[in-house]
Amino acid sequence: MAWNVPGGNGDKDKDRDPWSQRRRGAGGSPDLDQIVRNIQRRLAGLFGGGGGSSGGGVGGGSGSTIGIGLILLVGIGLWLLSGTYVVQQGERGVVLRFGKFQEATVGGLHWHLPYPVESVEKVNVDKVSTIEIGYRSDARGGRRKVPSEALMLSGDENIIDIEFAVQYRIKDASAYLFNVRDPEATISQATESAVREVVGQSTLDFALTEGRVSVSRDARKLLQEILDRYNTGIFIVTIETQKAQPPDEVKPAFDDAVKAREDEQRLKNEAEAYANDVVPRARGAAARLLQEAEAYKASVIARADGDARRFNQIYTEYAKAPAITRERLYIEAIEQVLSSTTKIFIDQKSGNNLLYLPIDRLTGRDTTAAPLPPPAADTESTSALRDSSRGRDARRGSQP
Amino acid sequence: MSQGKVVAIAVLVLIAILTSVSLFYVVDERQKVIVVRFGQILRHDDKPGIHLKTPFIDDVRYYDSRILTLDAEPQPFLTGEKKYVIVDSFVKWRVLDARQFFLTVGGSESEARRRLEQIVNSGLRDEFGKRTLASVIAEERTKIMAILTEYADRESRRFGIQVTDVRLQRVDLPEEVSQSVFQRMKAERSRIANELRAKGAEAAEKIRADSERQREVLLANAYRDAQKLRGEGDARATSIYATAYGQAPEFYSLYRSLNAYKESFKKKDDILIVDPSSDFFKYMKKPTR
Repeated sequence: MAWNVPGGNGDKDKDRDPWSQRRRGAGGSPDLDQIVRNIQRRLAGLFGGGGGSSGGGVGGGSGSTIGIGLILLVGIGLWLLSGTYVVQQGERGVVLRFGKFQEATVGGLHWHLPYPVESVEKVNVDKVSTIEIGYRSDARGGRRKVPSEALMLSGDENIIDIEFAVQYRIKDASAYLFNVRDPEATISQATESAVREVVGQSTLDFALTEGRVSVSRDARKLLQEILDRYNTGIFIVTIETQKAQPPDEVKPAFDDAVKAREDEQRLKNEAEAYANDVVPRARGAAARLLQEAEAYKASVIARADGDARRFNQIYTEYAKAPAITRERLYIEAIEQVLSSTTKIFIDQKSGNNLLYLPIDRLTGRDTTAAPLPPPAADTESTSALRDSSRGRDARRGSQP
Repeated sequence: MSQGKVVAIAVLVLIAILTSVSLFYVVDERQKVIVVRFGQILRHDDKPGIHLKTPFIDDVRYYDSRILTLDAEPQPFLTGEKKYVIVDSFVKWRVLDARQFFLTVGGSESEARRRLEQIVNSGLRDEFGKRTLASVIAEERTKIMAILTEYADRESRRFGIQVTDVRLQRVDLPEEVSQSVFQRMKAERSRIANELRAKGAEAAEKIRADSERQREVLLANAYRDAQKLRGEGDARATSIYATAYGQAPEFYSLYRSLNAYKESFKKKDDILIVDPSSDFFKYMKKPTR
């Protein structure tokens, strides 16, 4: 009976903080000493009820002292037993004796001095928890934005939209329990402060691009320093930048700038493509020009050589009989000329009338389209004509 | 008789229990206590553990000894260049001296928070008023926090409070200023975008022009070399002709002219108007000379 009353009182006193802490630590599963305490309470109810209502009736017998002694013995035994507790793998059991920190126990079955002398609080030191800043994800995998957390000023007075997740675990169970009220809220406040401090010291472009890693690294370092200053017993595993982007209001402009960078590259590439097309072609054309010139040179020389050889041959023979060869060559040439062309004979002596020659009819073509003799041959042809006209003039001159 | 005895024992036990419970008090690791007797503070620095007191007379008051957070509502402050910023700060504090805490703020956490908030707000106002927005955001931020922590700690010691840290959680611009910041950011981006595109065009034009120059130079050089080659060929040919024909210029003239006649008049389209009195036809008139 003696353990019953203070037990009830003590429960009320001690319930406030330790209970809430323990629930959190144990993750909701009822632990051993809670069960023991429940049994205790039930027994106490039985005992008290018996004592109160029918105490006279039952306790009246003289032989009941043995029974009371037995009940007391069982009660003491149960009381001592209530000091056993199990610490799960990855948990620390923090034992307090009259509120003073006694020891931290690791996983396994343990015993502490029963209530109200000692109590134990369990803290999971292996579990990595996450705090989200700038957004909240819900159980269905959805994601809700929290702009007031996500939007922050960069060092160049621009506004940037950053979302990040902080992963932490408890490294020192007793420090975690005793030093700070509401450590989780402290982490999220300190994280915001740290990230904003780091982002405030970098420019927008840096924080958005190459600085993303260093921002979260620096923020992690700073956050750990802050939490250590409060002695929270919390270890920051990582700060992961989930998203770093310009705010929605200016996103199109930023996207356009990114596109512009692509455009710049594209224009350059197109020009390179053009250059790669033009220059090799020009090189080819140049090579062609040279080859053609080489060909011309070779052919001109060869032709000259050929002409010279032919001339030499003929000349050798000509030198042997100049007069007859000369005559023969002349007649053959004129023969060839006359046989292959259209000829009109006009005998000057037969009349001095004006002569009308429809040359265009004769040729069956328009005179304007009549082909002019090639320029190289021009001198020769006129001289040929001149030859004949000279003869005519001579005749005309001799006529009168 | 035995029934009365039991009741008496029960009452005695109850009194003993109540007395013994009132005789002890427990101080948790998370607590600070003061022991008050008739309004007088007897003790204020008990360590965690179990302690004795006079039953029923001494009153024990418990305070949280952990670090507590004062997270004030965001407040607007003016910076040195008269720009408003919305500052959200938090203060980490703890009860250091339970006696002083009891005497000055009556041991009331909310009262302590009010005092702290006043101290921190006035400190923030002073520090922000001395600085520009840029420095508040960036390089002076840490300094402001250090100054404020030091200042708030000094000021709140008289309340038995220790200020561990004053931190700027957020320094934001008011909504309408944010909008103009967005406008500026947009303008800046379009400037960058234009610059990039123009640079791209510039580079592209340079590359094109360079390739065209290369083409022209290549072709011109090739033309030069080609002409040189052709000239060489012509020269060589000329010298061959000169050597060959030089031995009989007069015969060459005849020979070449006859060849030229043959070349010039060989199509039916060529019309020759011939006077039969020319030398060639001398035998057409009469077969003798």
